[in-house]
Amino acid sequence: MEKMMNMIKPSQNELEKKALQVRKDIVDMIYTAGSGHPGGSLSATELLVALYFGGMEKSDKFFLSNGHVCPAWYSVMIEAGLVDKDLLLTYAKLGSPLQGHPERTKLSLVENTSGPLGLGLAQAAGYAAIKRDSQVYCMVSDAEHNEGNTWEAISFANKYKLSNLTLIVDKNNIQIEGTTDEIMPLGSLASKYQSFGWETVEIDGHNFEEIFQAFEKAKSFVDNPCVIIANTIFGKGVSFMKANPDWHAKAPDKEQYKKAMEELK
Amino acid sequence: MILKSVRDGFGIGLIEAGEKNKDVVVLTADLGESTRAEGFKEKFPERFFEVGVAEQSLVTVAAGMAIAGKIPFTTTYAVFSPGRTFEQIKVTAALNNLPVKIVGAHAGFGAAPYGATHESLEDIALMRVIPNMVVISPCDYEEAKKATLAVAGNGKPSYLRLSRQESPVISTPLRQGSAGQEFEIGKINVLKYAEKPQVAIIGCGPILAEALDASKILKNQEIDVMVINSHTIKPLDEAGILKAAKLCGAIVTCEEHQIAGGLGSAIAEFLAKKHPVPIEFIGVHDSFGESARDWKELWEKHGLTSKYIENAVRRVIVRKADNINI
Repeated sequence: MEKMMNMIKPSQNELEKKALQVRKDIVDMIYTAGSGHPGGSLSATELLVALYFGGMEKSDKFFLSNGHVCPAWYSVMIEAGLVDKDLLLTYAKLGSPLQGHPERTKLSLVENTSGPLGLGLAQAAGYAAIKRDSQVYCMVSDAEHNEGNTWEAISFANKYKLSNLTLIVDKNNIQIEGTTDEIMPLGSLASKYQSFGWETVEIDGHNFEEIFQAFEKAKSFVDNPCVIIANTIFGKGVSFMKANPDWHAKAPDKEQYKKAMEELK
Repeated sequence: MILKSVRDGFGIGLIEAGEKNKDVVVLTADLGESTRAEGFKEKFPERFFEVGVAEQSLVTVAAGMAIAGKIPFTTTYAVFSPGRTFEQIKVTAALNNLPVKIVGAHAGFGAAPYGATHESLEDIALMRVIPNMVVISPCDYEEAKKATLAVAGNGKPSYLRLSRQESPVISTPLRQGSAGQEFEIGKINVLKYAEKPQVAIIGCGPILAEALDASKILKNQEIDVMVINSHTIKPLDEAGILKAAKLCGAIVTCEEHQIAGGLGSAIAEFLAKKHPVPIEFIGVHDSFGESARDWKELWEKHGLTSKYIENAVRRVIVRKADNINI
């Protein structure tokens, strides 16, 4: 993150303010575009805020695998001064660098084009295998563990002992057509990762203190890659989206938009 | 006649590419030996990555390495990659516009005894519809070496199609010390000239040796043809193809691939727009392969040998005459 502006971790209060602003931006972007993925964007908010406000250092790299949560990511990068604020509401519109799913060739801060699930971790691992001195972060969704490509990458990262790789799982328990338990049960992700040779940390993915502690702990492992399993709430901050799979990929109508923005005051 | 395999040419070219550029890295999905990536592994073990039988990972890990500034060559059989990895290639190599090199070995009927599952007859079609992709099918050992070096340096996502079988070295004149024909991505090479050619046979891959055989027999029957090697399927050498179409007025395409979506399709799409001439297509007619003792049996069964090319030339000459008479 060469353009990373703020290396000093803001106070708890400031972080919470930023998270609130990001949530408003998410709803605004998706309402304006008439398209987008609010549920996962709202669950990933604190994790992304933490990465860009104190989590990552200048030489670190971030790979987003679950690209559909990009409204949250774009907003965080705008908050961090990395992306022009005027672009916010161009999201998913013709000609915008803020594509409906992030594209490397459209926005230079995007390392890996993403959206199709299961492709991001392998790219992060490939990068980490080459740049052994750089700390690499990757975020995946829980449902991406349905994808074989994810497990192939998990094996690769173990084989090549990518201790410079920190994976964050946004475990919000919801996928397109239902809960992860209904669609394809994940079982114990932590024990699965452990049996694949990874270090594991489990946290509340909305608690900044736990998130930053997990980042530090992940970096302390010198032999193996580490996964942070972040338990999050799908649609967090908007009552009618909370834990409701209907809001995986749906834009609010005018009434819903007003209600959501009211709740996010 | 010198018989050597395209894959061996790739293996030698890969080592040379690695010597020339320290950013060249190689990945394989448990097929290092038969794709001939193994020589690179022995020479540069620290730049060689074994991902296991995991083709999706093969391509996506390579894309990550390209993001880190490397020039990764991914090696496995063409049936598996691009066969299994179409989306990975489209999104992480091509849409990212990274110099990931997809090497598809045992393309065509090279894995004959293994049957249809291991015979890749669709890979050119799959790769040539993806924006940014360069698609190359070398015709012999020497050209495979040159093509490997060329794609290592082209800075683009590229597909390199390799044949397993030993085949005649046709791109290099059999003279001591000859470097053979120049290889340039996107530029055809003329393998056989004729003063007043009636037909241009345009092909890619080792089947061009059959085209040369056909041209000799046709010459004895006073039918002059030229034989053109269009090793690059994408970007097509439009100027070269157009020139051949105007000079000959009739074309026979040949490839060890489905007719649908291959080199012949690419040529037909282009000429339909610029200079329509009668075209006959030598290739696989919308059918799967099957087990056989060797590729030769399958070439015979699927109509890819010189006698089929000869007949196609005769057919297209009749069609050309009919057109002129109309």
